Amino acid sequence: MIPKELKYTESHEWVRVEDGIAVVGITDHAQHELGDIVFVELPETDAEYGAGEAAATVESVKAASDIYSPLSGRVVEVNEALEDSPELVNKSPYGDGWIFKIEISDPSELDALLDADAYAKHIGE
Amino acid sequence: MLYNPHTDEERREMLEVLGVSSVSELFKDIPAEIEAPRIDIPGPRSELEVREELKRLQAANEGEGLPLFLGAGAYNHYVPAAVSHLVMRSEFYTAYTPYQPETSQGMLQAIFEYQTMMCELTGLDVSNASLYDGGTAVYEAAIMAMRATKLRNRVLVDEGVNPLYRSVLRTYSGNLELEFVEVPHREGRTDFEAFRRLMDSDTAAVVVQNPNFFGVVQDFSALAEAIHELKGLMVMAVNPVAAAVLKSAGEQGADIAVGEGQPLGSPLFFGGPYVGFLTARQKLVRQMPGRIISETVDREGKRGFVMTLQTREQHIRRAKATSNICTNQGLVALTACVYLALVGKEGLREVAVQNLSKAEYAKKRLSAVEGVRVKWDAPTFNEFVLELPSDAGRVAKELVREHGIVAGLPLGGYYDGMERDLLVCVTETNTAAQIDAYAEALGRVL
Repeated sequence: MIPKELKYTESHEWVRVEDGIAVVGITDHAQHELGDIVFVELPETDAEYGAGEAAATVESVKAASDIYSPLSGRVVEVNEALEDSPELVNKSPYGDGWIFKIEISDPSELDALLDADAYAKHIGE
Repeated sequence: MLYNPHTDEERREMLEVLGVSSVSELFKDIPAEIEAPRIDIPGPRSELEVREELKRLQAANEGEGLPLFLGAGAYNHYVPAAVSHLVMRSEFYTAYTPYQPETSQGMLQAIFEYQTMMCELTGLDVSNASLYDGGTAVYEAAIMAMRATKLRNRVLVDEGVNPLYRSVLRTYSGNLELEFVEVPHREGRTDFEAFRRLMDSDTAAVVVQNPNFFGVVQDFSALAEAIHELKGLMVMAVNPVAAAVLKSAGEQGADIAVGEGQPLGSPLFFGGPYVGFLTARQKLVRQMPGRIISETVDREGKRGFVMTLQTREQHIRRAKATSNICTNQGLVALTACVYLALVGKEGLREVAVQNLSKAEYAKKRLSAVEGVRVKWDAPTFNEFVLELPSDAGRVAKELVREHGIVAGLPLGGYYDGMERDLLVCVTETNTAAQIDAYAEALGRVL
């Protein structure tokens, strides 16, 4: 399941742009590979990240993986629902399981992201 | 594990494969000046001879069997005989934390009980399975506070925290991007005003000790409130025996409590092995270092114990683990657990009250000696600072040489301008007769 309208990274994050704000989560493929997610360590609101910097961590029963910010910018909102219900990342990776939103500081960075076809190829589908 | 040393034959074969004639030829590129010096070890002796030699060395220890008034972080408490009997059972006799739940239910349960007891003593929610010692526990707590506050990198440390713990903090953090600011004490107490001035939104934590190194007992509730307003944390090092009668770290608002577990059933051991404990509020559990043992049920619904939240640890999170500690002082933690279970809630309180009242008696007797006074008028637990009319190091030396009394810790080596001050510790093991003899001897050497 790779929605056409989203952008992707090789490290398995997805991005949805809404009015200059990028919503970030991890792909269905990523959640499937990680297994049951038991904890999401969210970034602080207002924290600034460069593209490719670790901003959050997801933990499954046996592994902990960094989530990299696909774009540079400032965190404007985090999905606090994940604090009590980390399993949303498994159940709805592209919907209720979003992780954080950042205010895009350099829109040209969007061009460097993968589209759905390129991501599908990247994961061998 | 089998250990078979190489035979001469095997060495010869290896050298042949390598194409060298001797071991020294193999290492010939190593400059002579950095080679390990030759150590002149005498030839083998019989078990009986070795035992006699060790006995002779042991007898040369001057402090052996003397009345002991030295504390300063390591405390001479009575250890009931059942403690060593139980912890030396072969089922328990390992320093490692076993983590295979299918083979180690007994040990895991013991650690779980230990954690429960530490939580009760410190008034906090969660405990880990132990750390190396009090000093490293303070460091782990400071680093934990930095992680929990999203990498704020400033930690304010009260000078009333054991100087050795502060030295561990400096050593561990030498190459890290974090700043320890030491806040000087004021007349043996925490300088709360200075803390207020120095605290800011970059401060991850304030680190205090209760009772502090001078034995002084304080209430840190207001400091906790102040640091919480800035969204920082309070780390409190506590004496676990004193914790039986004092307002707990949790009640005082501490977010992380740490300390040295040696007073709980371990002898002085000439400085180690000791054990560090660390407890915290539930919301910090994912930032905790070390192992955590939890209670669960197996598939038949029976109670069992497992390691939990292992994703914090280095075998899963690698470089980003909360700490590099995993194997630790399991046996000494078990000792603390056995000791606490044996003496019980009432017993520990009784030990604490005896320490307190004997120390008060010693204060009275020793300060009655001419020229001697209790340095600060402050509530203390089982230690206090005596101000002497002359150099405390000299007095302590004379007391041990001429009167066979280990008088305490001269503070000059640890705090500027305290050359005449002596830190005196009294536990339940010190008798009134010992205290009287100390006072009399002190009068003579001054």
